[in-house]
Amino acid sequence: MKFTNYLKQIQNVSIYPLISLILFTTIFTIVAIYVFSADKKKMDDQAGIPLQ
Amino acid sequence: MQPEKFYYDNKIVKQFGIATIVWGIVGMLVGVVIAFQLAYPALSFGIPYTTFGRLRPLHTNAVIFAFVGNAVFAGSYYIFQRVLKTRMFSDTLSKIHLWGWQLIIVVGAISLLLGYTTGKEYAELEWPVDIMITIVWVIFGINMFGTILKRRERHLYVAIWFFIGTWVAVAMLHIVNSFELPFSIFKSYSLYAGVQDALVQWWYGHNAVAFFLTTPFLGLMYYFVPKAAERPVYSYRWSIIHFWALIFIYIWAGPHHLLYTALPEWAQALGTVFSVMLILPSWGGMLNGLFTIRGAWDKVKEDPVLKMFVVALTAYGMATFEGPMLSLKSVNAVSHYTDWTIAHVHVGALGFNGFMIFGMLYWLVPRMWNTTLFSRKMANQHFIIGTIGILVYAVPLYWAGFTQSLMWKKFTDSGQLQYQFIETITSIVPMYILRAIGGTVYLVGALMAVYNLAKTMKKGSFVANEAAEAIPFKLQAMPAVKMHWHSVIERKPVRMLILSLVAVAIGGAIELVPTFMIESNVPSIAAVKPYTPLELQGRDIYVREGCYTCHSQMIRPFRDEEARYGEYSKAGEFVYDHPFQWGSKRTGPDLHREGGKYPDSWHFRHMRDPQEMSPGSLMPTYNWLIENDINIKSTPAKIRAMQTLGVPYPKGFDKIANDDLHRQADSIVAGLQKDKIKVSRDKEIIAIIAYLQRLGTDIKKNQTTSNEVH
Repeated sequence: MKFTNYLKQIQNVSIYPLISLILFTTIFTIVAIYVFSADKKKMDDQAGIPLQ
Repeated sequence: MQPEKFYYDNKIVKQFGIATIVWGIVGMLVGVVIAFQLAYPALSFGIPYTTFGRLRPLHTNAVIFAFVGNAVFAGSYYIFQRVLKTRMFSDTLSKIHLWGWQLIIVVGAISLLLGYTTGKEYAELEWPVDIMITIVWVIFGINMFGTILKRRERHLYVAIWFFIGTWVAVAMLHIVNSFELPFSIFKSYSLYAGVQDALVQWWYGHNAVAFFLTTPFLGLMYYFVPKAAERPVYSYRWSIIHFWALIFIYIWAGPHHLLYTALPEWAQALGTVFSVMLILPSWGGMLNGLFTIRGAWDKVKEDPVLKMFVVALTAYGMATFEGPMLSLKSVNAVSHYTDWTIAHVHVGALGFNGFMIFGMLYWLVPRMWNTTLFSRKMANQHFIIGTIGILVYAVPLYWAGFTQSLMWKKFTDSGQLQYQFIETITSIVPMYILRAIGGTVYLVGALMAVYNLAKTMKKGSFVANEAAEAIPFKLQAMPAVKMHWHSVIERKPVRMLILSLVAVAIGGAIELVPTFMIESNVPSIAAVKPYTPLELQGRDIYVREGCYTCHSQMIRPFRDEEARYGEYSKAGEFVYDHPFQWGSKRTGPDLHREGGKYPDSWHFRHMRDPQEMSPGSLMPTYNWLIENDINIKSTPAKIRAMQTLGVPYPKGFDKIANDDLHRQADSIVAGLQKDKIKVSRDKEIIAIIAYLQRLGTDIKKNQTTSNEVH
């Protein structure tokens, strides 16, 4: 049950925040590209769903 | 094509709505009581059940899970049906969800008052309640996905995404943070210890704010703001970016609650970077909401619903700008442990959550009761009173926070601390009184809402099943425009669920795993030994009484903190702390190096009457500790549980643990006797004295440390 430490140490632990930044930037870019290339009419239709 | 006829279930929305109001009043009332207790400790009445340390968790749990929770369910059940054009998947599941949640609230409230707590903020409920929460949450999930799957609308509107994200993230957070080992029917120890426990707890604590208080409210915003303004959301494009950016960034930001603590540096840096990035999606969302109202500005002057929404969104913007600022290390050095944090969260809770909820109820009730609001004038007055309440609450607390922090850090020319801790507290008591008045004013506004809504309900006639019609999903023609890959995701809720889970799980894993896996992240200290049985019992009393709500056990590496409390805290000192008790607020001084600072007799007298030993102290009396016996029957089970968790007590120690406990108790009793205090060795006060005298002393005894990293 005890949480043992499996590794003595980790080299370059600063890679972790970097991985997270790269992952985020990639996803952000893909979403941004999609969003701004999306069809205007479709966007308007979807935005209007609550008001139907 | 023939549209199908069906009925929306308004009854479940009504029931969750009423639960929101009832628990909201209860939660706020407890908040007002504890606010006054901070200024007048006698209001704790000298009995355990009404003392600050137990009422404070009741307040936070009541407003978060009962008030806000029920409001999210009310709003989401209304929204699901409308934007998916179907009745909820199962009325039975809706009912189980409703009554299950109310049962959790009642059981949770009683257990907190009785002192059953895990000692982890906003996750205080003990293991049986944790299991109940898991079951009810799964039922909510089945009902939600069932509804999504039987929908008559091809596209999932953005509000639904926010509810999916909420459901996934809360499930993950609750399960990971609730790993605990029961040792009795109502009590357990956290599976994690010290730094690991702190990291998991604040990963949870921060994301409870993100995924229980924020994402579902953005779901509500994306539906009710366009409805109230009678125009579509300003930019649907923004809302897509808003969703993905928010759920992806939020999950990483937890470590900003642990800056300058014994948490590894890289994890603190990660928390800060992502916290600063959070401004972008948060403000994008806020502006999207405000711009939606932009074209309806003339209505804002008249309509209390829109007024509430405007202030709610503004409060959201303020809180989400302030949050990242507080995550900067230099700002956090000043703000942490002070009332600044309390002011910050209440701008969010009273302003954003509170006003979104009241705005939503003012909009929903007349519609479901097929009438108009009983008194628009009274709702407008509520808006004004509520806004004044928020200001009178928050401004004095900001003041108190700055004042206290500056006083803590002030040195005289000769290099001595200028102020005693008690002086930093007595100087802010007037601010505490003002804050309590602000909270009362806000509560008065809420009571006006109760009256107004009750009168509205009486005036109208409730429509339990609202007729609607829509063309069945299968008969709808596919859209003529070319499909985009994201549209494919949006139309597939299960895929959406999985992707959301991946987004939040990666963040959680990268943050948590290294602290668990890598030895150098929690350097061990040879001198640190497990607690003795008596100290362990004392520690459990410390947890039970909620001492962590006012005292920290984490000295940051600052000149003033070392001068005031002693050597700064090291990660390796907490390896046997199940759960960690670092705390987040110093209404009283830090206790990590309390051991050996005062004689036992001082602690005895201080617990009996804190003001006698420390005039002006805001601490309530704990005189029942002198009356109550230590529950020594529980000692063996506690020792065994700790052994299972990896605490190195010798084999068979559970059988002789009580002998050890009595030996140590006898020596404390003998010491007290010398100071003319007569007390039997069985009393809880002996255990708590043993624990307090142990705190932070291990590394004083033996300075040899291994693998020490600063």
